[in-house]
Amino acid sequence: MTRARSLNHAPTRSLNRSLNHAPTRSLSRALPVTPAVVLLLLFLAGPIAYCAYIAFTDLQLTGQAEDSFVGFDNFRTAFGDEAFLNAVWLTLVFTVVSALLGQNTLGLALAALMQRASKPVRTLVGGIVITAWVLPEVVAGFLLYAFFRREGTLNAILGWLGLPTQNWLFTLPILAVSFANVWRGTAFSMLVYSAALNEIPKEITEAAEVDGAGGWRRMWHITLPMIRRSIGTNLMLITLQTLSVFGLIWVMTRGGPGGKSQTLPLFMYEEAFQKSMIGYGTAVALLLLVVGSLFSVVYLRLLRTEV
Amino acid sequence: MPVRPTATLPALLALSLAAAATLTACGSGSGSDPDTIKVSFKQSTDNSIKVMDTYLADIKKQFEKANPGKKVEFVPIKAPDSEYYTKLQQMLRSPKTAPDLVYEDTFLINSDITSGYLKPLDPYLAKWQDWNQFIDTAKEAAKGEDGKTYGIPDGTDTRGLWFSKDIFEKAGLPADWQPRTWNDVLDAARTIKRKAPDVIPLNVYTGKPVGEAATMQTFEMLLYGTTGGTTTDDPLYDRSAKKWITGSQGFKDALTFVETLYKEKLGPDVSDALDPNVMTRVRGEWLPQGKLAIALDGSWLPQDWLPGSGHAWPQWSDELGLAAMPTQNGQAPGKVSMSGGWTWSVPAKAANPDLAFEFVKTMQTKANAQKWYVANSGIAVRKDVAKDPSYVTAQPGIKFFTDLVASTHYRPAYPAYPKVSTAVQEAMEGVTTGDMSVEDAAKGYDEELKAAADDQVIEK
Repeated sequence: MTRARSLNHAPTRSLNRSLNHAPTRSLSRALPVTPAVVLLLLFLAGPIAYCAYIAFTDLQLTGQAEDSFVGFDNFRTAFGDEAFLNAVWLTLVFTVVSALLGQNTLGLALAALMQRASKPVRTLVGGIVITAWVLPEVVAGFLLYAFFRREGTLNAILGWLGLPTQNWLFTLPILAVSFANVWRGTAFSMLVYSAALNEIPKEITEAAEVDGAGGWRRMWHITLPMIRRSIGTNLMLITLQTLSVFGLIWVMTRGGPGGKSQTLPLFMYEEAFQKSMIGYGTAVALLLLVVGSLFSVVYLRLLRTEV
Repeated sequence: MPVRPTATLPALLALSLAAAATLTACGSGSGSDPDTIKVSFKQSTDNSIKVMDTYLADIKKQFEKANPGKKVEFVPIKAPDSEYYTKLQQMLRSPKTAPDLVYEDTFLINSDITSGYLKPLDPYLAKWQDWNQFIDTAKEAAKGEDGKTYGIPDGTDTRGLWFSKDIFEKAGLPADWQPRTWNDVLDAARTIKRKAPDVIPLNVYTGKPVGEAATMQTFEMLLYGTTGGTTTDDPLYDRSAKKWITGSQGFKDALTFVETLYKEKLGPDVSDALDPNVMTRVRGEWLPQGKLAIALDGSWLPQDWLPGSGHAWPQWSDELGLAAMPTQNGQAPGKVSMSGGWTWSVPAKAANPDLAFEFVKTMQTKANAQKWYVANSGIAVRKDVAKDPSYVTAQPGIKFFTDLVASTHYRPAYPAYPKVSTAVQEAMEGVTTGDMSVEDAAKGYDEELKAAADDQVIEK
């Protein structure tokens, strides 16, 4: 933080000086950005501020003559609500399993393997993975619903291999949707890591190889430290994406059975739009924002680079 | 932002305000034309089903011909039920977006009345002769807690047992089956399980994935058969005390029925029952393909089997039998049904309420109402249509389901109802999966109910 301040210090001072001298010029400089600022205030800051406000009211979409300000009631309700705590827990499971472990490591593995692969293989694998990523969420949801359901593809394969089958969406719903999210989202991590690996100078890896470092050691001691920043960026982005996954889970399980795959976005939807508790749903949305920021802070601290 | 508050700021502010003013001005350009009414309705998400669009287009033609210079503009909302409600409520909140006439589900109408979204229609009804033709129970469907009427029902629905004659024959059960008690229903299912092990004996909807269908098609069909059976004797809501009733003995008995059915594997596999797409499978797959023996379901099913629906099944009326759902121990009146349905309502913020009501009158002439009941597989709420032989014979099953209107119940669709319904679904889901005992599920319901009804509860 201190470093950042000292960095910004000099330009600020010079800018202030120029401002004092030429107010007209600064006005004419500010002019081009005003439309953008106005639009942002109107369409982004406005709704966000309004959301923050209604999280502290008991606003309902229907069934209420007038709403009132209730302070922290909604938040108190949330922390005393088993369904909410269950949703928080499932959100963490879903995020850790599908984003951190799944998409992230699989993406890195694919990127590393593709570095060595021949061009046709690279094109083919890349094409398949990216196809899964560009599919609309609902389509991906239906595909994976068809894959996991009791008469689905997965059980057909298991049955053919003589292994026991089960209804995955019913017995392990959170793992089924996590797998679906890995299937759908790995491409993003793969692309980020492919770009990062291409940045590593060949000389370094070759030198390590000459010194007798094996593949794993090269990965651990050279590659990973060198792409640390990309790892941070990637983790941050996929975590935030995963925290807000809705359509995929909605199509596959609706958060069921019995709330066993009801992550926070689905819980929010149920409270706000199915039970009409807009105020409460918005409060939960703010809490989801907090969960997202906590993750971000952890990543920033873990991956702070000493430049 | 390293910009000092010099003259820049006021200038920017003035600019922003000007910009904001122009931007918001685009929003209010709808302009209410006194000669045009806007009508919102729920368009089917299935593109092959155009029943309502076709019917309304015809009414529009009649209306514009009878009222020269007046225009009708449709604002259809294409969405599944729950999302339709949400969208509609958002439109009703502002005079800029409120239509002049909306299609309201009786499930939510009281909630919307409390929110002040709708206009009482009593002054119009007082001057409208045809209102006397509507049956009393249907008039109740859109009555607010203030005793005023907020909607004109365009038909209703009833519920009963559909069964496969073919499977019944294999299982040695009578083709004119009519169970007298809940036990008769379960025994028939047990017999089918023994004699025809490859079919699902009995389907009842359960749990949150199917939503209100679980509450109404299953739970209330059971619960309302546990009491004396008069329409005033409501086991969910005490209308005189204006309080919701906590898990009574009848409530637990209804849960026990659901528990027994799934525990003895007399229903579909639990994972299928809790699959959000199970309703589509019952209508499109299990019943037509003879994989299901008995279905506790609504009068509207044949809608899905019409030609051009994607799973046409013209011979359904030969292959399926119908039986009324019995009361718990056969107590009078011996059978039970629940009714819901939709009404036409005028938003409080409508620009042309008078003209909107004229449109309703056109829709609800005897001839037009009858056309609609038949097209929509709906049940008549007009006495003159219910008596009309051409209506009674228009489709197989109409007579059976219309006769059930005499022993039907409407939901206590007060503002808390949607939340109460969710609490019921959670209790059902608990006993279906076996995660909860009946006692625990009923206890859980009591807690949820207190929260849903702001402690306005009563024990019975």
